[in-house]
Amino acid sequence: MTIASSSPPSRLPTGSAAEARTRTGTERGVSGEDRGDGRLAALFIAPALLGFLVFLLWPTLRGIYLSFTRFNLLTPAEWVGLDNYVRMVNDPIFWDSLWVTVEYVFINIGVQTVAALAIAVLLQRLTQSAMLRGIVLTPYLMSNVVAGLVWLWILDTQLGIGNEIISGLGVDRIPFLADETWAIPTIALVNVWRHVGYTALLLFAGLQAIPGDMYEAARVDGASEWRMFWRITMPLLRPVLAVVLIMTVIGSFQVFDTVAVTTAGGPANATNVLQYYIYGSAFGRFQFGYASAMSVALLVVLSAITVLQYRLTRAGRTDLG
Amino acid sequence: MAAVTTTPPTTLRPVRRRFPFGRAAAWTVMGLIVLITLLPFYWILRTALSTNAGLSADPTNPLPVDLTTSGFERALGLQSAEEAVAQGGAGGGLDFWRYLLNSVLVSTLITGCQIFFSAMAAYAFSRLRWRGRDKVFGLFLAGMMVPAIFTLLPNFVLIKQLHLIDTLLGIALPTMFMTPFAVFFLRQFFMNIPKEVEEAALLDGAGKIKIFFRVVLPMASTPIITLGVLTYITSWNDYFWPLMVSYSDSSRVLTVALAVFRAQTPQTGVDWSGLMAATLIAALPMLVLFACFARRIVSSIGFTGIK
Repeated sequence: MTIASSSPPSRLPTGSAAEARTRTGTERGVSGEDRGDGRLAALFIAPALLGFLVFLLWPTLRGIYLSFTRFNLLTPAEWVGLDNYVRMVNDPIFWDSLWVTVEYVFINIGVQTVAALAIAVLLQRLTQSAMLRGIVLTPYLMSNVVAGLVWLWILDTQLGIGNEIISGLGVDRIPFLADETWAIPTIALVNVWRHVGYTALLLFAGLQAIPGDMYEAARVDGASEWRMFWRITMPLLRPVLAVVLIMTVIGSFQVFDTVAVTTAGGPANATNVLQYYIYGSAFGRFQFGYASAMSVALLVVLSAITVLQYRLTRAGRTDLG
Repeated sequence: MAAVTTTPPTTLRPVRRRFPFGRAAAWTVMGLIVLITLLPFYWILRTALSTNAGLSADPTNPLPVDLTTSGFERALGLQSAEEAVAQGGAGGGLDFWRYLLNSVLVSTLITGCQIFFSAMAAYAFSRLRWRGRDKVFGLFLAGMMVPAIFTLLPNFVLIKQLHLIDTLLGIALPTMFMTPFAVFFLRQFFMNIPKEVEEAALLDGAGKIKIFFRVVLPMASTPIITLGVLTYITSWNDYFWPLMVSYSDSSRVLTVALAVFRAQTPQTGVDWSGLMAATLIAALPMLVLFACFARRIVSSIGFTGIK
């Protein structure tokens, strides 16, 4: 990434597809000498490979294995075949928590994508201020725990400034995080606050690849900003948007921290998201086998989403990006 | 976009100078976004500098109520238990200095090692030639498909078997050697270093190891710093994994400590002032770190890494 380039020389709008600025592809060039660097490469790759094998590949395989066992950490795991999966399918709490998670993802991603897109377009078309970009990113520097606690305080039913304002407007106070209906949307929006800036900057980077003279040409033709957004920005940003969507959806499904510090799964399991239920099964009830089975289920769901979205993206490739 | 107002030549479409409603509306939206982004930060500060009694008595006051540093004193364990309880604290004796140090140690260890080892691997994947290179790299890429959260439970079992539960090393280990993303990200940049630079160094008699340190690392310093800062922030803010691994003060990091502080609610109600002071202590270092590198990071968050 080059540091934000100064205003590019305005070229004549050619009307043809702009050249994509991708720089991928493996180097196949031979650098003069023909002996490989096998030994040296082994040395260079050793630490990372060790970490990969021990803390990524092995745990992944082990996680799948554990899902077929009964395991409480203290005694060796005993093979029970599909028992955990049978139990999972018949566990109403599991389906409930999956449903709660889907509701969360739906609200979180829906609001976040629209807001991030709006912010990214404003940062592109309204102002090029780097300072604003920095400001937008600040919530991303907080942990989910901090974000959860701050909003827990702002939205506190008795003393929170949010509820003070609401009651000042003559509306009844809303127990945002203590009410079954409100809790999930509230947590979803708190996490939008934390992540929307980062998402917006990713989209903004995608927007930077769209040549400015396309907008200039459209302006000369008398197109409004609104029209330019739908005719230029959206079609050209689509591949980038798709990748960002895959990333954010996968991240969103793994919600845990915010729930843990604000509602702890309550009230009455209303915010018992999947990851929280998995954690409770493993560390509350020491059912590591069952917890692993639910993790595998989540893994399958996320893989399916990735494949599905990837397929949909490939269908809609544009000539940029 | 700088609005350059040049008087347009007379065209078929005369430009009418009206009040630009669209721009005004857009700026209003932008202003609102900045407000929602920044206000919670002010509210943390205002709450941390108030007394709990003041907060209950005057919840809407935009300024700190009964300006005091007692919230910070409670968070940093500078108050006696009786004094803390009298001011609406839990008197639980949390020692945030220690957690701050733990957070610094863990994040520094993870970031330093992860970036260095990932850079080494990225160099092997991009500038060295060896059999099976692309296959091994493909394996790493496949690792990106596994959600981080999936490996937490099995990794916990592994750390337990290694007898590293409740140690800072136990918290750091899983991400200390690499993340597939870091390797992938750096490889993208190393590939773009022109071959001529490398060849010139080779002609000067430099070895491949020297080239890595003297040519590749310096030339990729901006992405390395960006990745470093983002890694630092990520590990600093991590909660789920340290929550599993640490049980006692000796390995407790700030995020976990905050949750404990929140759980230690006294009978009378939450110690909001102390909690917000603790929150500020946890958040401030990252704000400072970001402020130092903001320009580089903001301009290099992009698609190079996830193409």
